[in-house]
Amino acid sequence: MASHANRKAASAARHRLLPGGRLVGPMPWIIAIMMFLTVLSAAAGLGLGAAVRSMRADLAGRASVQVVEADAADRDRLAVRALLALRGADGVRAADPVDPAVLADQLRPWLGDAATSGDLPVPALIDVMLTPGEAEVKVGRLRHLLAGLSPKLRIEPHAAFLLPLAGLLTALGWLAAGVVALMILATGAVVVLASRGAHDSHRGTIDVLHLMGSTDVQIARLFQRRIGLDAFFGSALGFAFAVLVIGLIGLRLSATGSALLGAVDLDAYSWLLLLLLPMLGVLLATLAARWTVLRALGRSL
Amino acid sequence: MSAIVQFENVGLRYGLDSETLSDVSFSLAGGGFYFLTGASGAGKTSLLKLLYLAQRPSRGVIRLFGEDVVTLPRKRLPGFRRRIGVVFQDFRLVPHLSAYDNIALPLRVAGMEESEIDAPVAEMLDWVGLGDRGQARPATLSGGEQQRVAIARAVIGRPEILVADEPTGNVDADMARRLLTLFEALNRLGTTIVVATHDLPLIAQVRDAQMMKLDKGRLADPTGTLRYPPRSQDRA
Repeated sequence: MASHANRKAASAARHRLLPGGRLVGPMPWIIAIMMFLTVLSAAAGLGLGAAVRSMRADLAGRASVQVVEADAADRDRLAVRALLALRGADGVRAADPVDPAVLADQLRPWLGDAATSGDLPVPALIDVMLTPGEAEVKVGRLRHLLAGLSPKLRIEPHAAFLLPLAGLLTALGWLAAGVVALMILATGAVVVLASRGAHDSHRGTIDVLHLMGSTDVQIARLFQRRIGLDAFFGSALGFAFAVLVIGLIGLRLSATGSALLGAVDLDAYSWLLLLLLPMLGVLLATLAARWTVLRALGRSL
Repeated sequence: MSAIVQFENVGLRYGLDSETLSDVSFSLAGGGFYFLTGASGAGKTSLLKLLYLAQRPSRGVIRLFGEDVVTLPRKRLPGFRRRIGVVFQDFRLVPHLSAYDNIALPLRVAGMEESEIDAPVAEMLDWVGLGDRGQARPATLSGGEQQRVAIARAVIGRPEILVADEPTGNVDADMARRLLTLFEALNRLGTTIVVATHDLPLIAQVRDAQMMKLDKGRLADPTGTLRYPPRSQDRA
């Protein structure tokens, strides 16, 4: 009990050595803003990464077979033959014809009622799901099989359609990671500048402490504790606001009903990574303050 | 008594100016009481700065407690500084700390437990007549009161050497006498005292004190009115 009171008194005495209390000055607020932007950027990067992974997992094992035959009766016969061949082929988990009514619904926004009139030769479609692994090899084998049946049968892997989109999302994810790295650098730079400023403005006190026999580490601890506290409050505040914004964006994304946007998701691992950011921020600020003050003190006698 | 401080041909130059101190050689015996006098600008404060390790000399050798402090690695300086108490001419109290906290600083720097700090600080505050001003900030204290806080801060850690730069410059004759009595009491306990002052009557009040006089950065000839050179130099 006495030792606890002692520690408390010692801590209070240390706090008194550097004037100004918590959340005084711009430091905590600057760190709060930077942490807010860092967490948002990181969340964007992680969410986009999840979307790309989900998209690749969904599409890698899927392909569409088109039956490009103008005559409706021939088209139906060819579709049945293709379906039977596909269902018997190695590497095919399932092959199902796409309902012509569904196909017509999807084409209506572009073709109008002509899509259902029967006058327009719309290809029949077969949705193929492959067994996991070696999708490209399996698609190649199926292409060979279908070409043997008829030159009017074409197979297209779904991944090929969405490759540019996945590339874009990947690039955006890396951009977000770059922004996070820059924000971390900027936070370190802000702390270095703030520490230098604090060191200069407390030079008189530091000189007195030095001449009384304070070591550089003792003096640096005063600054790192103060800046660490500022960073803690700033990081907590910035993180809390970022989580709030991420939650709101999540609600908006789910409201769109889009499968693609719905895939932009943060799993438990991503949240853990996001939670590490404020901790990293506090650690970075503390170490930067210590390094800066020790360097400045090292130049004096 | 063995020499606790030794200066050998010490010179000090600031930048490209001419030497502020030149060829200063003396030694101080442990437990001695020394006054350092000289006109303004003679180099008293510069010499004291060398003594309390705020400055390294441009040339020469300085030994404190038997060790050459000129070539001493920087990281070893704090240990030496803790053995030296300093009363600065401009007091150098920490402005945002109370008188109590200013006096407690050397004890906290030395890592003393908070529970052990209160009694000596209160005692010291009483001794310098500021028992009821412990929570006052320096800005609210008079010049004399600030000086007393500075002196209390310098002596509270029972330093082996006490260096005081014009310690009685801002106090009345009665307080000057009391401070001198404190210095003498510390001296009797074995602390070596070095006081820079213009106050010749003050010097006369201390029995067995020795005087060094600086003139334009060099140790001057004896004035004849006080004992010179220092007794410790006689033995060297």
